[in-house]
Amino acid sequence: MTDQTQPRPQSPSIATRFLNSRYANFEFMAGAILTGTLVVLVALSGVIFPDGGSKIDLLARLTGPFQASGHPLGTDALGRDILERIVHGGRVSLLVGVLSALGAVVIGTIIGLFAGYYRGFLDTFIMRFADIQLALPFILLAITVIAIVGPGTDRIIVLMIISQWVQYARLVRGSVLSLREREFVQAARSYGLHNVKIIFSHILPNAMGPLIILLTLNVANNILLESSLTFLGLGADPQTPSWGGMLSEGRSYIQTAWWVTVFPGVAIMLTVLGLNLLGDWLRDELDPLGQTR
Amino acid sequence: MPVFRFILQRVLQAILVTLAVTLFVSFAIRLTGDPAIMLTADSSNVTEEDLAFIRETLGLNKPFFVQYLDFLKSLLSGDLGESFFRGSVRDLIAIAMPSTLLLAISSLGISILISIPLGIHSALHKGGLSDQVIRVLSLVGLSFPNFWLGIMFVLLLSITFPIFPASGFETWSALILPATTIGIILTATNVRLVRTQMLETLSAQYVMVARAKGLNERSVVYKHALRNAAIAIVTFLGLQFGNLIGGLVVVELVFNWPGMGTLSIEAIAQRDYPLLQATVSILAIMIVGVNLAVDLIYGLIDPRIRVA
Repeated sequence: MTDQTQPRPQSPSIATRFLNSRYANFEFMAGAILTGTLVVLVALSGVIFPDGGSKIDLLARLTGPFQASGHPLGTDALGRDILERIVHGGRVSLLVGVLSALGAVVIGTIIGLFAGYYRGFLDTFIMRFADIQLALPFILLAITVIAIVGPGTDRIIVLMIISQWVQYARLVRGSVLSLREREFVQAARSYGLHNVKIIFSHILPNAMGPLIILLTLNVANNILLESSLTFLGLGADPQTPSWGGMLSEGRSYIQTAWWVTVFPGVAIMLTVLGLNLLGDWLRDELDPLGQTR
Repeated sequence: MPVFRFILQRVLQAILVTLAVTLFVSFAIRLTGDPAIMLTADSSNVTEEDLAFIRETLGLNKPFFVQYLDFLKSLLSGDLGESFFRGSVRDLIAIAMPSTLLLAISSLGISILISIPLGIHSALHKGGLSDQVIRVLSLVGLSFPNFWLGIMFVLLLSITFPIFPASGFETWSALILPATTIGIILTATNVRLVRTQMLETLSAQYVMVARAKGLNERSVVYKHALRNAAIAIVTFLGLQFGNLIGGLVVVELVFNWPGMGTLSIEAIAQRDYPLLQATVSILAIMIVGVNLAVDLIYGLIDPRIRVA
């Protein structure tokens, strides 16, 4: 029993509350700052650099960085500003990373929920599909399919969804298998709730934690994959600024102009690092049992 | 006999996956349309007879399923047919495969040499400063695009300080940069794995018993804990083989390494479908094979796995 008459302790200041909260953590702060900066820059890219990173200035070609030339990170072989292209290139990376992961999580969750709840055919299908996916690494799959349908960011997104939904399906299936035997699900069933209602409003919310972690890490990983594919010439077309594309072009000038290949890579690394830090922090917060390890 | 049932089951499963993957690759490649027209796209005076001749010699006028069976037969017999432009596919792969395997094994070796000591150290000093540093460093390692790390190595150690060759495979020193690149990327994942596994085994009761009987710490960690953690670590390495191959493809291109990755990228660029079909299929079969081997070995060592 708590003593009602005792005066409440004075509410702590915002700073103390923050320092005591789960957010006062190196991984969260660093991850949030890196990811937040990227999202803001990409969202405002059209306002900050209205040229879209494609303004050619042949007189200023391959200008080095940190010189008072109006190009803080230097220019590429066509005299285009590297900083401008990096900010605009972030659009492609973020678009591919977020859309592919969202597509995969939606499809994978729905299939995983039903497979775990009803078992049977869907269950077998998921396991066999996972075997196949394990045998065909994404890069090989992409090489094969892009050789046929031609390069393009949209194709990469679709391929990622096709190849990656099964990770989510397996994860959700596993959670559902244990959740469906729990008392609250039994109770919902005994109330006479419809199975679909049970799946979406009782089981799904309890399976969310690991899903969110996997989603964060998946976005990070797909940004890496997208840059690899574009580097191989299988992604965004060379006209559109993209990090993988910039690296691929810059490689021809590596002897003389290091900045063309260094900075886009740093951009990829900071972005992916930010998301990985957030994913790691989320794992500590949401997945104490280590389902997503 | 449950052991035989287990082996048979896993082998059948692997064969099914192989069939599914090769079928998918063949089907995908046939969807491209008519290779005969693509082959002749650059020349001006191609007659219908020429096209018919090309289709006849390449076996393109047979139904898809017959073509797939032909491909399977050629895979089984080891004769992989002719590439469009570069002669026998088998010869091309026979040259590329050893380079790829060499690179794969060297990078795996580098990664094991770094990640096992670091992972053990991390697990023994859980929560300490060095553990935190290793954890953050491994996160940074997970965030590099592998090909960019390769380019940075070239920039630093071939151009600025010309120590190692930037590309090709003329001397043995050319192996160092690509193998280190993939090795570091693998290490980032493996350190975490070794750490988790070691933490798990170190908290097991037999480790407590080993300590209780007064064994020195060295023998507890290396003889008792590491050996037991090793099973799980080896399994995980095997399952990672697919990722390793995927990473190799891109890094090979950066270093112009004469392996399977470079071969398949060249095949795409030249629209050399028989070559592409063979390289991708063989890499996929290798991955299935390694996964099967790991599965079988693990199952034979540890009977609990067989039930699943």
